[in-house]
Amino acid sequence: MEAVHEHDHSHDHPSGIMRWVKTTNHKDIGTMYLWFSFAMFMVGGVMALILRAELFQPGLQVVEPEFFNQMTTLHGLIMVFGAIMPAFVGFANWQIPMMIGAPDMAFPRLNNWSFWLLPPAATLLVLSMFVPGGAAGVGWTMYAPLTVQQGMGMDLLIFAVHILGMSSILGSINIITTILNMRAPGMTMMKMPLFVWTWLITAYLLVAAMPVLAGAVTMTLTDRHFGTNFFNAAGGGDPVLFQHIFWFFGHPEVYIIAIPAFGVVSQVIPAFSRKPLFGYASMVYATASIAILSFLVWAHHMYTVGMPVEAQLYYMFATMLIAVPTGVKVFNWVATMWRGSLTFETPMLFALGFLFLFTIGGFTGLVLSLTPVDVQLHDTYYVVAHFHYVMVAGALFSAFAGVYFWLPKWIGKMYDETLGKWHFWLSIIFFNVTFFVQHFLGLAGMPRRIPDYSLQFTDFNMISSIGAFGFGLSQLLFLYILIKAIRSGEKAPEKPWEGADTLEWTHLPTPAPYHSFETPPTVK
Amino acid sequence: MTSQPGGYYLPSPSAWPVTGSVALFLMALGGVLIMHDAGGGTALLIVGAAILIYMMFGWFGTVIRESESGKYNKQVDVSFRWGMSWFIFSEVMFFAAFFGALFYMRVLSVPWLSEADTGALLWPGFSADWPASGPAITDQFTPMAAWGIPALNTAILLTSGVTITIAHWALKNNQRSKLNWFMFLTIALGLTFLGFQIYEYGHAYADLNLTLESGAYGATFFMLTGFHGFHVTVGTIMLIVIWLRCLKGHFTAEHHFGFEGVAWYWHFVDVVWLGLFVFVYWL
Repeated sequence: MEAVHEHDHSHDHPSGIMRWVKTTNHKDIGTMYLWFSFAMFMVGGVMALILRAELFQPGLQVVEPEFFNQMTTLHGLIMVFGAIMPAFVGFANWQIPMMIGAPDMAFPRLNNWSFWLLPPAATLLVLSMFVPGGAAGVGWTMYAPLTVQQGMGMDLLIFAVHILGMSSILGSINIITTILNMRAPGMTMMKMPLFVWTWLITAYLLVAAMPVLAGAVTMTLTDRHFGTNFFNAAGGGDPVLFQHIFWFFGHPEVYIIAIPAFGVVSQVIPAFSRKPLFGYASMVYATASIAILSFLVWAHHMYTVGMPVEAQLYYMFATMLIAVPTGVKVFNWVATMWRGSLTFETPMLFALGFLFLFTIGGFTGLVLSLTPVDVQLHDTYYVVAHFHYVMVAGALFSAFAGVYFWLPKWIGKMYDETLGKWHFWLSIIFFNVTFFVQHFLGLAGMPRRIPDYSLQFTDFNMISSIGAFGFGLSQLLFLYILIKAIRSGEKAPEKPWEGADTLEWTHLPTPAPYHSFETPPTVK
Repeated sequence: MTSQPGGYYLPSPSAWPVTGSVALFLMALGGVLIMHDAGGGTALLIVGAAILIYMMFGWFGTVIRESESGKYNKQVDVSFRWGMSWFIFSEVMFFAAFFGALFYMRVLSVPWLSEADTGALLWPGFSADWPASGPAITDQFTPMAAWGIPALNTAILLTSGVTITIAHWALKNNQRSKLNWFMFLTIALGLTFLGFQIYEYGHAYADLNLTLESGAYGATFFMLTGFHGFHVTVGTIMLIVIWLRCLKGHFTAEHHFGFEGVAWYWHFVDVVWLGLFVFVYWL
């Protein structure tokens, strides 16, 4: 690669709002992704609190059951597609060009479009609450035949999913191309920081999985309005067909969320252990194995749907196989810390929180992979607890770790370390108060997605609701920490983290300049 | 923003992407309103589509001007190649969802309806022989015969794959008039294909009573052929744009990824058709 990006400083730079609307700069776009994600995190969070308020006591107190269903649906969709995924795309935008020594992303205008497709999609989702019949109350999994029977809100949801999918596919194509084609001289594939590797693999998953989801909701749309019978047995179709297609997307989606989180943690733990990542190559191969396996295990979400026993056996064993590469990763993170010179600043705390809680989520996943056990636990709060350990304590905590870790590089100012630690401890305590007890609820048989419950579940539900409000309020502290750092944070040193050794720390000033590498660094 | 020789071209801020987002938002909203017979849907859809077309002219026009003024070096060219390859891969996965539905119905869900208890208790007398509509659909239909127009269409698309390759070789050897003629031929073949496809749909609805409502066969037939037909339409429009560019003297023997990208797309549409011909029409 002979790339030398040169630019003159007199070119047009729109100011004010138009800077953000028209920008082709990876840092501006990354910033928009991150703030958008935070806004959606708040919206989805309020929806979760409505659910928890209703579930504080048995009976129906706060909302109508239909509205409860709508909140369940929108909470899931907004958190997955609006909060977690954009957060990691935001990291990808900020970090990948800096970490591989590139001037920007490969397709800067397309990058802008990937972001600006998100607000219209989110608007469609929010708008669906205000149309006749309200939003779709079908759950984020959008199972037929319920989806065929919904009102206008469902169609808005379908088009929102189409546009979100477009955004993800275009963004992923951009990320793959950037990583494959924009690396600095000497930055061979096996020298790339693990965060870059994890995003390469995630982007591949997205390109392969999102179109399948688009196909699934397209068939839902034609079943609804154009007389097809894809998901109707009377016409030769099958509602279970939807589940198969959905989960062919849905299971890779789990790793689309988790793998970039692995990447962030794989940067943070070595930095605060002051040691290189243990087993770099095995990390790469483990991540790739997880990605491949993720396309082969989808029906473990469907054990109770009525599958042949041979199929159940296959999906059970294939699912358990994923524990092997995941175990390799957890082992490597722990081995990285072994005899390291550890310090526990906020990013490291969140990374460790991730490590503990994600591992618990992984183990409960292993429990659920057992068909006979899953038949008992299917659609109970055990499942809810399981995937919130993976999504919240896994993905979200690692996103927090990433924000605290890279914020000094992004804005040139430090966050308040004491408040950051408070944020961590409040989050991890309230998270466990909220979700740990849900394991017990699920084991005792409390079904998910129901606004009411039997009396014997009351105590744990009250604890869970208290935890949820505590967790939600703790996130306002995060907002305050961010604003405080941006407004009046102390000036960050050139290299605030002693053990950080990727290009953005070693080759770029703090804060990072608007255009990352105008001349590519040479990586030895 | 400018780019020096050897530098990677970074475009200036652009309003085209957000224009496209507005267009898609209006189209989605318009589509929903139309499907629920609410007022204003058609207008919104038309305005949205108009904005989208305006955006494509603007955005692609910008890219073409940048390309023709030599701003794209070798590395940018490689980026385009990766980008187009992965875009086509995403399209393959989109088709895979519909092919998956077809195979699932043919191999699993339709036979299940006539087997064992399900067949005996729920749908006695339902025969699962493909092409089947489904047990509760009483309207009879005639399936589309493979060896009439569909076979002809297969020959047409395969021929168009040859003509575009000849055009490509002509471009590489600087035989511009040959290039223009073979591009024209490719477009003509594409349009003929589409014409036959439209005729076939008319035939299906008018004579065969084969509609979207014809259960499993009708749904998969129209979804797969319709989605493919949409891709042929897009591909033909792309070919026309490239042809007009050829006529204007764009592209050089060495530097013509715009042409190649469209050719890749056309071959992709061609290969998908083969899958369609075999599994939807023939077997």
